Amino acid sequence: MTIHENRTTAEAPIIEAVALRKSYGNHEVLKGLDLSLARGEVVALIGPSGSGKSTFIRCLNHMEVPTDGTIRFRQKTVGDAFRDKGEEIGYGTLRRHVGMVFQHFNLFPHKTVLQNVIEGPITVLKRPKKEAEELALDLLGQVGLAAKRNDYPNHLSGGQKQRVAIARALAMQPEVLLLDEVTSALDPELVGEVLAVIRGLAEKGMTMAIVTHEMAFAADVSSRVLFLDQGVIAATGSPEEIIRNPANERLRGFVSRFHG
Amino acid sequence: MTYNWDFHSVWQYYDLFLWGLWISLVYTVGSIFFGVIIGFITCAARLSGWKVLDIFARCYQELFRCTPLLVQLLWFYYAFPLLVGGSIDNRLAAMLTLSLYVGAFYAEIFRGGIVSIDKGQREAAAAIGMSPWQSMTRIILPQALKRMLPSFINQSVIQFKNTSLVSVISVADLAYMAAVVNGQTYRPLESYTVMALLYIVMLLPITQAADWIEKRLRVSD
Repeated sequence: MTIHENRTTAEAPIIEAVALRKSYGNHEVLKGLDLSLARGEVVALIGPSGSGKSTFIRCLNHMEVPTDGTIRFRQKTVGDAFRDKGEEIGYGTLRRHVGMVFQHFNLFPHKTVLQNVIEGPITVLKRPKKEAEELALDLLGQVGLAAKRNDYPNHLSGGQKQRVAIARALAMQPEVLLLDEVTSALDPELVGEVLAVIRGLAEKGMTMAIVTHEMAFAADVSSRVLFLDQGVIAATGSPEEIIRNPANERLRGFVSRFHG
Repeated sequence: MTYNWDFHSVWQYYDLFLWGLWISLVYTVGSIFFGVIIGFITCAARLSGWKVLDIFARCYQELFRCTPLLVQLLWFYYAFPLLVGGSIDNRLAAMLTLSLYVGAFYAEIFRGGIVSIDKGQREAAAAIGMSPWQSMTRIILPQALKRMLPSFINQSVIQFKNTSLVSVISVADLAYMAAVVNGQTYRPLESYTVMALLYIVMLLPITQAADWIEKRLRVSD
């Protein structure tokens, strides 16, 4: 209710999922999901484990290949090749504009903190090293880790690793950021520092889709909440409707279990 | 025991020992070189995701891993020419067999190193827009090579020792030369002891270096 008041959602969506389905063998994990994200929107995806929320968010940057349905980025359909082909954009192009942060950080252990952050801009965007480093140091400053730039990831705490991972994703200057349970692997006392970084991004207007079990955080930072259950979007609405004051019985049961 | 050691008469043939050692080295380095190429191609085939290539590569690997090297040497030198008609030079048969043999093991070492890297690494590389090639060369291989190194060195040490088997098809390596010297001097104890010492002198520094490298790699993890 605080940081999203001034934004209009009337403009065309940045990223859309249309009738998305995903099956593993005979098991259908996603049963036709739709999502449309406008600039500056923060959508929280909540739901019990196995509801498909991680699979769904991973389909958005083609980390998982949907069985059926379409992903559109800036009104352009994402094809099933890495490179652009005709009218369709490649998933390589999609991923340059849509960043992702993982539950288990997945930092590159053979690279220093700074090297982790400049890897994308240099290798993928072909930016000059100096320019990439300047941006990286700025981002590391924003997540409070500029002093750790020459350390290797294994010397960092979980919370620090995750903040580096966020900086690495931001170094690509993405238009959308996907966060897949980014605090679930952290010790409880380290969750706060990561959430603070994400809250800062929301305040700056970063478009995000966030899979999380942190109900209070989801309610606080998101403009819209999607409740996934058994592969469908069972409820959607404002944080007020979904988390603070859930109407649906099953939703109320779920939220009260997680809400402290 | 009052054995009368006589290294002097054996060492008169030191040039034969040194030449044999040189030949052993040539077959070691040569077969490691070709083995790496074969291993790399085989590993690529195994990981290509093409079923036919995978099965083909696997058949080759199992064929060479599940038959003794001695049997392979005998087969390539004595049996293979009959199959295709004509004859095969014993040096060619030796190099070919040694390379194919070690290539099968190298392929497994390479493959093991690559698949041991957490899949999150590939995902993180993909998530910043890297192509599969960029991901492999910049993220996966640098980590995998480090893990492969100890096994790779170990297999190469074994390979040096395995070259002694080429003497059975009359390639004049160190083992062959030791037998020649023994024939000249009737001094088996000295001839074969000198041979053994020469193998130790060559390999001990390598195994020590391997231990040192392994320890250092562990520290930086």
